[in-house]
This record gives sequence, structure tokens and C-alpha cells, in this order.
Amino acid sequence: MRVLESVMDPEVPVLNVVELGIVRDVELLENGARVTVTPTYSGCPAMAVIERDIAQALRDHGVGRVEVRTRYTPAWTTDWIPAEAREKLRAYGIAPPGPAEHDAPVQLGRRRPAVRCPFCGSSHTTLESEFGSTACKSIHVCDDCRQPFEEFKPI
Amino acid sequence: MSAHDEVEYLLRLADDRLVLGHRLSEWCGHAPILEEDIALANIALDLIGHANLLLTLAADKEGKRRDADALAFLRDGIDYRNCLLVELPKGDFAVTIARQFFFSTYSLLLSDALRQAANDDLAGIAAKMHKESRYHVRHSGEWVLRLGGGTDESHERLQAAVNDLWRYTGELFLTDDVEQRLVSQRLAVDASALETPWKSQVMDVLGRAGIATPDVAWMQRGGRLGKHTEHLGHMLAEMQVLQRQHPGASW
Repeated sequence: MRVLESVMDPEVPVLNVVELGIVRDVELLENGARVTVTPTYSGCPAMAVIERDIAQALRDHGVGRVEVRTRYTPAWTTDWIPAEAREKLRAYGIAPPGPAEHDAPVQLGRRRPAVRCPFCGSSHTTLESEFGSTACKSIHVCDDCRQPFEEFKPI
Repeated sequence: MSAHDEVEYLLRLADDRLVLGHRLSEWCGHAPILEEDIALANIALDLIGHANLLLTLAADKEGKRRDADALAFLRDGIDYRNCLLVELPKGDFAVTIARQFFFSTYSLLLSDALRQAANDDLAGIAAKMHKESRYHVRHSGEWVLRLGGGTDESHERLQAAVNDLWRYTGELFLTDDVEQRLVSQRLAVDASALETPWKSQVMDVLGRAGIATPDVAWMQRGGRLGKHTEHLGHMLAEMQVLQRQHPGASW
């Protein structure tokens, strides 16, 4: 686990794969290790890189055979990201995710709970788009400090 | 022949998403504004991601040593099992949004029910599809409201798109023996049961956008049996050209 905490997300390099909730299980085998991962977004191109980095990090620490397995259930959710990791995101300039909605009916044109600006802390912010530079982020603008910023969107 | 049925059903699910994902990706660099370009590309990526997971599962069940890439890039149109709705050309922005709204609403209902599938892998993929489809429904639904209540031109274009596409929506809810055999084993969702909630949700949003629901009784069909429009062949020619000309090419 300690080794895996050195494997960072290639797109959000302040979070490691354990904090992101991608690593679900690690089993030590006689001559190696088996790591179980849960993918974030279905189409996230970073997942292949993450799996490769996990295997590489373990091999660099003398683990002979590394097997990376994928588990789909339960589906990954941003609710798994712990408080310290959320603070790291904010300090990096990405607003941390609010609670995921899961099964509530989809509402159109609703006023979403304000996302706090990670730079000045203001709640006067406007959502520009729910789709951003990577699958996991949305785009906002702060109405007070005028800084555009991204949110790690809740899912 | 349960394995055969399962592969057939997984191909239907996967091909809908692969073909629609490719159609959406055609907007990349061409969308009306930058944020929309990014949004459509993101949704395309989600759909192709779903297709990849489903094709991987189909390839595994099939056991013919074909992987997801072989299923995507080396099958001919007649072997594709997607519905006709998703293969139609991307049209103008109103056509793309109307189709996206119809399909996402259907996909959210489908993935919701499919989370209870007796196959853990399929149920897990459905759970992911469900989470991501929520964003797709909200994105396209809000555009329906915006275009319907926007200018005369945006309203007319959206109404024309809805009129043109409506006759392709019936196929989403057709079911056959393959599906019914799987439904009885909890390996598929009975698509016919999704029609009523789909209509009520879609008509509610169209009504709020001031768009009339077309009065069309006759519905197009054929995609699930490999009988496609001429558009799919052209699309596959472009999508598959690299693997056809340079078999096994990789980055």
C-alpha cells in the first residue's frame, strides 16, 4: 500500500491512486502481488497509464510478479476520496467534489449547490460547463475574483 | 445456446454506444462553441468507454480469440447490431442534440434496470453507465430546453430534428426471442418495459421546450438484425480504415 501511495494520477498529480479510491485491494502472493483496481470513468484514457504505473512501482520495489485486476462492482464514486485528499485538490486549484447524487431523478436547469472558488473561497461562482479538460472535471468561473477554475465533479 | 444469446445482446448494447460515440466524435473541432466541443468529445469518450467494456465482455463470452478491437474494427456492417437511430449522420446541432437526448434518456433507464443483472460484470458496467448517463441526460435535456425556447431558427431546427428522428425511436423498445430468453435469466432488461417511462420523460421535456411530439405510428427497424441504412457503411469505412489497411497497427 505504501508503495502504491507513490503512484500519482497522471492527470491530477497531487492525488495518488489510493486516495482516488482506484486501488480496492492488494494481496501478497508467494512470488508477487495482485492489485485490484476499479476504473474511474469508462472512457478515461489515464486508466491504462495508471495500471502500468502501479505494476512498475511494485516491480521497482522488488515485487516479482504483479497482476493488476479490474473490478467493476461497486462502481467508483468520488465519495471515496478522503478529506485530506480533498484539501490537496483545493490547494492545487481544483475545487473538490461535493456529495454524489446517485439515484435522485435528473433535474434540468436546476440551480446547483454553489461550488466554492478554490482560490478566494467565494461561493459566488458560475458553472460554465459540466464537461472539462478531462472526464472527471467541470468548468466554473468565480464571480468575485474572476478566476476560471475546475471542479472535480461529483459522480 | 445461452452464451450465443449473451454475446448477441452484449453486441447490441456495445454497438449502440460505439456507433453513437463515433458520430459524436465527428463534432470534435466543429462544435458551435469551445465548451460544447469539449462536452461532446467527453460524452463520445464515455460512450466509447462503455462500448470497450461491453465488447471486452462479449469477446470473453464468445471465446473465439477475438478481442474488443477486433470486434470494433474488423466486423462488417451486416454484423453490427446497433439500432438505426445512432448510425444516422450527425446532421446539424439540433439533430445531434435531439438524438443525444432520446438515446441518453433511454440509456439511463436501461442501465438503471441492468444494474440488477445476474452477471456481476455486466451489472458493474451498467452501474458505471448509469452514473455517467446522468450527466448526458442533463446536458442534452438542457440543450433541448435552450434550443426549443431560443430563437425562431433554433426552435424550427429542433422541431425538424425531432420530426425526422422520431420514427427511429421505436426500435429502442423492440424485443425478440434472444432478449426474452435472457430476461428470464436476469441477463437482460426487457426493453419494451422502458417505453412508457421514456415517452413520459421525453414528452415532458419536449413540452417544456414548446416542441410538439410527432404523430408517427410507423417505426423504422432492422439494425438489431444487421439490416442497416446506407450511412453505417460509410461511417465504418472511415472508422475501420486504419486497422483494415494496416492490420494490428498500434500507437
